[in-house]
Amino acid sequence: MTLTPAEWQIVGLSLKIGLVAIIATLPLAFALAFVLARGRFPGKIVLDALVHLPLVLPPVVTGWLLLLAFAPAGPIGALVQDWFGATVLFRWTGAAIAAGVMALPLMVRAMRLSIEAVDRRLESAAQTLGAGRARVFATITLPLSIPGVLAGCVLGFARSIGEFGATITFVSNVPGQTRTLPLAIYSALQLPDGDAEVLRLALVSVALSLGALIVSELLARRSERGMHVI
Amino acid sequence: MSFDVDVTRRLGGAQVGAAFEAGEGLTVLFGPSGVGKTSTLNMIAGLLRPDWGHVRVDGETLFDAAQRIDVPVEHRRIGYVFQEPRLFPHKRVRANLRYGSHAAGEGFAFDEVIAFLGIESLLDRWPRTLSGGEARRVAIGRALLANPRFLLLDEPLSSLDHSRREEIMRAIEHIRDVLRLPVLMVTHDPEEAERLGTRVVRL
Repeated sequence: MTLTPAEWQIVGLSLKIGLVAIIATLPLAFALAFVLARGRFPGKIVLDALVHLPLVLPPVVTGWLLLLAFAPAGPIGALVQDWFGATVLFRWTGAAIAAGVMALPLMVRAMRLSIEAVDRRLESAAQTLGAGRARVFATITLPLSIPGVLAGCVLGFARSIGEFGATITFVSNVPGQTRTLPLAIYSALQLPDGDAEVLRLALVSVALSLGALIVSELLARRSERGMHVI
Repeated sequence: MSFDVDVTRRLGGAQVGAAFEAGEGLTVLFGPSGVGKTSTLNMIAGLLRPDWGHVRVDGETLFDAAQRIDVPVEHRRIGYVFQEPRLFPHKRVRANLRYGSHAAGEGFAFDEVIAFLGIESLLDRWPRTLSGGEARRVAIGRALLANPRFLLLDEPLSSLDHSRREEIMRAIEHIRDVLRLPVLMVTHDPEEAERLGTRVVRL
């Protein structure tokens, strides 16, 4: 079984969108995970719920909300138009935004768990050794939560690759721009002779998802081992 | 070197804390479990904020509730060896030992400290591969190498077998008599208090 050049292009586009989505979402996801793991403030439960919203909201609704926000006249769309003179609608950048938003809850969850698992007693030991907040974070908290951060990224990446509903609602199904693996499979299903293409793309999807889950699980296990404190 | 400590804090329903003055040598804080010995060390180190009282070392005020002085933990220069070694699991023994020398300035020499603790052969090991006695000696070394003004030891001999206890006791005596670093040590064992203490404060 070999992929046609057009199918390779779809796989490449999916990987590009997934990677860009995760790299761009990573700082926000980590900041949210840290605040949710460590912060004590009124409204935390609301923030927590908002972060998780894309996980439970119908993706079509998420896509529609993104469309409202990023439309040329929308609150964010107008800014993007002003700054970059471009729109994300019907573009791969828009698909990456949809993928990032849908991946965010999974990323925050994994990262939050790993930050919560960092033994605070190690941080206080570092403080007594003369380390201020920034150094404690950089030398203790961050390195000990790295496996969870990576696991969250891999999981988020897998979610991005599979993103369908929000993407097709937000940026439509444009070949070469927003037609990622799931959208291409959906399109091929509409064609009378698309069965072979569906099969090939579906196998690629399964392989990517399975690989990501295994890597993420291995990272999570590694993180548990690393936490062993004496 | 002198300590002037008078700290109190409500924890749960109980009032914990201690009031004592001490000087050179090794001061034992002695008392049964649950009277707040560890909480007292945490308050001196700055990890737990007293509701009331003061901590003065050599005339320098580290904490004073009335004057609203509360020097941050990382600026107190207090070596603290916790009851569990709390070695950083992602750093080898050498990096654990050097962690505090980053901000410390001139203190005890690295080679001298690892020699009297007998931990030269452990430098490239990971903390998870150390025995309880080894980990505790590394923890003492790490605290010493951060150039502390004095040392807090929380039950440094608990859960060790006889010969490991003897090793740690000798290390503590070395700190007291050779390095001449003032030590505040918490214990519930009268024998340890008798052997190591220059003076004993009963809580």
